[in-house]
Amino acid sequence: MINEWKITLKIYRQKGQEPPHYDTFELEVNPDEYVLDAIERVWAFRDRSLTFAHACHHSTCGACGMRVNDVEKLTCITPIRSVVANGGVLKVDPMRNFPVVSDLVVDLGSLYQRMDQVGHRSVLPLGEEPAPHPAAAPAPEDLQALRLADCIECGLCISACPVATTTPAYLGPAVLAGAQQHGLNGDLKLLELVDSDSGVWRCHSAFECTAVCPSNVDPARRIMDLRRQVIGARIARFFGRG
Amino acid sequence: MDKPHAIIIGAGFTGVATAHDLALRGFDVTVVERGPIANGTSGRTHGLLHSGGRYAVKDQESAIECIDENMILRKIVPQVIEPNGGLFIALTESDLEYGEQFIEGCEACHIPIEELKPQQALKLEPNLNPRLLAAFTIPDGTFDPLRLALSFAATAKSNGARFHLYTEVEGLLLDGQGNVVGVKTWDRKTNQRGELRADIVVNATGAWAGEITEMAGASVPVKPTPGIMVAYDQRLCQRAINRLCPPSDGDIILPQRRMMVVGTTSFEVTDLDYVPVIEEQIELMLERGAEMVPGIRQAKVRGVYMATRPLIGAGVTGRSIARTFKCYDHKASDNVDGLVTITGGKATTLRAMAEATANMVCAKLGVTAQCSTKDTPLLSYRQFYALP
Repeated sequence: MINEWKITLKIYRQKGQEPPHYDTFELEVNPDEYVLDAIERVWAFRDRSLTFAHACHHSTCGACGMRVNDVEKLTCITPIRSVVANGGVLKVDPMRNFPVVSDLVVDLGSLYQRMDQVGHRSVLPLGEEPAPHPAAAPAPEDLQALRLADCIECGLCISACPVATTTPAYLGPAVLAGAQQHGLNGDLKLLELVDSDSGVWRCHSAFECTAVCPSNVDPARRIMDLRRQVIGARIARFFGRG
Repeated sequence: MDKPHAIIIGAGFTGVATAHDLALRGFDVTVVERGPIANGTSGRTHGLLHSGGRYAVKDQESAIECIDENMILRKIVPQVIEPNGGLFIALTESDLEYGEQFIEGCEACHIPIEELKPQQALKLEPNLNPRLLAAFTIPDGTFDPLRLALSFAATAKSNGARFHLYTEVEGLLLDGQGNVVGVKTWDRKTNQRGELRADIVVNATGAWAGEITEMAGASVPVKPTPGIMVAYDQRLCQRAINRLCPPSDGDIILPQRRMMVVGTTSFEVTDLDYVPVIEEQIELMLERGAEMVPGIRQAKVRGVYMATRPLIGAGVTGRSIARTFKCYDHKASDNVDGLVTITGGKATTLRAMAEATANMVCAKLGVTAQCSTKDTPLLSYRQFYALP
């Protein structure tokens, strides 16, 4: 692999209670490599104290979400050439709206707990979250076969959400999209959770979540659909059918 | 008597599964991992829940391990698995010839297969190469690598195991006779050094196992052998599609979420911490993948990555090394007590690897508790973060 570009990585650093700062690393890179590769290389060859989260390196696990030049990216599938020019600066920060554990690592615990709370299914029938390419449509007998859900719980949508910045109580796009995927279906506890100050009505329709989602979840659309479901459930309750 | 304390180095598949097994057997367990969960080889697996078909001809011990463990994982951790089966497809005369041995091998390893006519296979998987000559169904599946590891870790945690992530083992604590009694740690989150003592230290660092044994003056015959994986942005098949041929480069396509992953290659390296992608291998995966599913040529590359298998072997290389696993009691091999290494194996056999390791640990410490992981459903992977 040819390292034909020179870039400067400017990485957010924070250890324990120390005040945060940025460290810069001059790096020769192949522009077709991914941002995560450059970060891993800094750890492997330059600074073993750098901490960052990652696992699958192909966008199925959702571990490596970060802010790259102030935009939320899943770094394992973000080619270097898509976010910086030769000779440029690549600034990498941890995601917003989650507590920083160390350097680029944030605590996603609240997201995972809430995904369980709203009953998001991690595995579901192929027919339920259809693929966008016509060639990829499953054979009819496969519609009940199972596949892993679209949402990889990376947290990028919550980092990008302007409402989540105003209050940690807001369930956030991924969680509301998770509730929509589960469906209200007369689940009164779930209805109460999402039909609240911290639920669907807190969303300001900024659509930042859908803009940064790397996994086709389209949380904004799902939140709008969940609002319709909530209103439907309210009307049903009003007429004593809920 | 106090619970025996085991330190496990590494939170890849083997480490988390061993933590789960030992926690169930009543051990006090501490896992020390230099990065996050499954950041090395485990996270970067292509995610095939092996039926064993790939090894049924030349490596039947591994094949039997795979089919047995495949069935167990489907039961205990369905929340991370796409259980849709797989196909082995023949495209050439030589593939068909290999098919004869394949049928015999699968029978010998009790792997259930069923032959399909090409039209039947195309009805199931319309994007297969229409010129296919034969196909066999097989109980493959795919799994999410991080979530598989997290499910074991979550369950271990619920049984009392402690996880020190982003904490590197910088050295081993030795007694006067060179036996291992603990580890020296560097918490990279807080930049603090420390020491942990234990009755037994389990080296579950896979391809990196040699770096830990070296700290004790011991050794293991691990051959780190990376391979490439290329992920594409379309899901053109619902089953794992295997080429009906001996294990070779680009012999499998795996669907996962909305993607497909084509894998893999096999070569040796010495520097494990960063294995750069070899560009010619990307092209090779496309060529080989498109032979089975031509539509891959219209898909876009979504990600390219390398994963380093921890193969066990002295003398032989690459594809000819058996894919089974091995536990080493370094008292027996190097006269260093207090240290056990588990390496080799495959993601699919993580539970069996843990069982063998925990058996060895129990025998060494005189613990009589039996393994119960076969019948213990795992918690939601999300519980790893929810539990304190």
